[in-house]
Amino acid sequence: MMRKAGNASMGVRRKVNNLIVHTILAILSFVWIFPVIWVILTSFSDQIGSYVSSFLPKSYTLDNYKKLFTDTTILNFPKMFSNTLIIAVFTCIISTFFVLSVSYVMSRLRFKVRKPLLNVALTLTLFPGFMSMVAVYYILKAVGLAEGDMIRVALIMVYSGGSGLGFYIAKGFFDTIPKALDEAAFLDGANKWQVFTKVTIPLSKPIIVYTILTSFLSPWLDFIFARVICRANADTFTVSIGLWRMLEKEYINSWYTSFAAGAVCISIPIAILFIYMQRYYVEGLTGSVKG
Amino acid sequence: MVSIKKNAKAKKSKIDFYTPYTLRNALTKGDFLTRIGMLIMGAGNIFRKQIGKGIFYLFFEVAYIIFMIQNGIQNLSMLPSLGDKLQEKVWSEDLGIFVYTEGDNSLILLLYGFATLAVTVGFLIIWASSLKSAYKSQCLKKEGKHLNTFLEDIKSLFDENLHKLLLTGPMAGVLAFTVIPLIFMISMAFTNYSKEGGKLVLFDWVGLQNFIKVLNFNDSIGQTFWSVLGWTIIWAIFATGLNYIMGMILAIVINRKDTRMKAFWRFCFVLSIAIPQFVSLLIMRTMLQPNGAVNVLLQNMGWIDSPLPFLTSANWARVTVIVVNLWVGIPFTMLQVTGILQNIPAELYESAKVDGANAVVTFFKITLPYMLFVTTPYLITTFTGNINNFNVIYLLSGGNPTPVGSTAGKTDLLVTWLYKLTVDQQYYSIGSVIGIMTFVVLAVFSLIAYRSTGSYKNEEEFQ
Repeated sequence: MMRKAGNASMGVRRKVNNLIVHTILAILSFVWIFPVIWVILTSFSDQIGSYVSSFLPKSYTLDNYKKLFTDTTILNFPKMFSNTLIIAVFTCIISTFFVLSVSYVMSRLRFKVRKPLLNVALTLTLFPGFMSMVAVYYILKAVGLAEGDMIRVALIMVYSGGSGLGFYIAKGFFDTIPKALDEAAFLDGANKWQVFTKVTIPLSKPIIVYTILTSFLSPWLDFIFARVICRANADTFTVSIGLWRMLEKEYINSWYTSFAAGAVCISIPIAILFIYMQRYYVEGLTGSVKG
Repeated sequence: MVSIKKNAKAKKSKIDFYTPYTLRNALTKGDFLTRIGMLIMGAGNIFRKQIGKGIFYLFFEVAYIIFMIQNGIQNLSMLPSLGDKLQEKVWSEDLGIFVYTEGDNSLILLLYGFATLAVTVGFLIIWASSLKSAYKSQCLKKEGKHLNTFLEDIKSLFDENLHKLLLTGPMAGVLAFTVIPLIFMISMAFTNYSKEGGKLVLFDWVGLQNFIKVLNFNDSIGQTFWSVLGWTIIWAIFATGLNYIMGMILAIVINRKDTRMKAFWRFCFVLSIAIPQFVSLLIMRTMLQPNGAVNVLLQNMGWIDSPLPFLTSANWARVTVIVVNLWVGIPFTMLQVTGILQNIPAELYESAKVDGANAVVTFFKITLPYMLFVTTPYLITTFTGNINNFNVIYLLSGGNPTPVGSTAGKTDLLVTWLYKLTVDQQYYSIGSVIGIMTFVVLAVFSLIAYRSTGSYKNEEEFQ
């Protein structure tokens, strides 16, 4: 009798517990999703300006998107988009090559200065990344890359130049590829270059995809470097500076809703790439050869 | 038999990288041809019929000498004084107008001086390598062994010297865009390059003066430094600790056996990571303005009468940035720890249940200690990452609210203050000192972190 009652009350308690947990999760999810929904709603709102009198827009329109892509007199969004795309493609090619080279060398080859180099790399990553930025700007200026169209070249060099330092994740992946595979290839008469290109690279798809995607995304996500180097050259603005500019005091009243539209346009492809990349990141962390 | 022995020997020398072809040996035991390479690089190689390699070295020497005569010596000679000629207006008799004479620009002189030093260091490395190479061919020739031709040298770049081939590009990039700029910036800490006192064109070396100023409690810059440092550490502790604990609790709650729609809940939280951080932070900033969406919503519901000062009052702003950082960081922690949580042995939980422990007790006695044990390195890297967390502060509060007359706001971290000092306010020398201080703080934490991780100590464990 007692026991049955105990069971029943346990069951009730469990139900209450579940109810509480699911309610809390629902509230939290709402908090996390709220800004996302809000920016999507704002991008369709026909009230211009950042002042809102109600949470839901009173009526909906596509004008903000139209303005974003057609009003190119002050803030040229299509141009910013193409700038960022060009920079991202080149950065992606160069830094993927750099990162894979360094990771392979550090993981597989043994030479005298390897440990010192690893320690130097570690030390360099401890300095605030943009501390060198001001100096980089003056160096670029001294060699004539800080003006006009050359700023795009400068940005490509800046994004890919230091990328060799970000080798830790790919190195960790290469570390998991069994050395026996390399040795088998050496017995067949392969040299180290052939082992790198014909054995290691084909086995490393997850980490290569991950490296390509991260280096492609970095120019879209970066804000500081682009701002220091572009300064006031509106022609070479990247998307992130452009969106930031739209919220400056002089633009916010006429560009606020278009900012929301721009944010939606940029976030959707990046979110898709990110979710796709997540899979490769997890695979990359678990290593190359399973079991 | 012989070849096996040779292999074993090669393997051994590979392990400790011993080589008799050092610079010291080349200088003490080298013959005349080798030593002449001290003056004419590549001579030792050219006379031993490694012409391609010899010319390669000689080319560098000629290029370096031409560079030094044309610019280099001038650049180096300006480094100690950093220039003293001001731009002046002079009456030109020929033209009948005032013309400006070209003045010195200390910044450019400093930059060119360091560039010349870097070129010289590079040249010395090549010089040493040419001597080593000459000595090596001397020894090999004496032993009657085969000398590599230029073509074979190039081939070796794809085999035993593959690291040289693959590292050249990335290292050049890192040198040009990280190392040289860093040295350049660090050197500014020892000058008076600053808007203060009008030292933006001509400036001088001032030794440790800036460091004394920044560390001094009585100086206004010093006071700002200590208060910003204090807030940076408080911020890093809260941002890291709260994210870690709350992210873990969230992961546990979603992982619970009785929780339904696990994938849906995870998706809701991961969505916020997928959006570019600068977009979500700028959105947050506009939402938290006095007339932003949050205040409007609360006012419409009648919960508050006047707008809440989320980013306008110092204490509110500090809490706001920590809370918004939770919004940014909790999903990250959740993703990171979900896998590890599933690895905790189930027996531990079962025996705790038998002993009658409730959820809170199990969390503090089993889950947290286990997670701390496994994720300490992750925790310390997050901590250093938060000290350097530029995006959240700069895009969200911009370091504001800023007291009148101060260079740093109440929510500024060392990094955002560094940014303001250099990019916005042009106090370069002080900014550079702040950068070095940030490095010192980070280095202390990271040294502890990396030295204690297993992956640093046993990196070859799985090979």
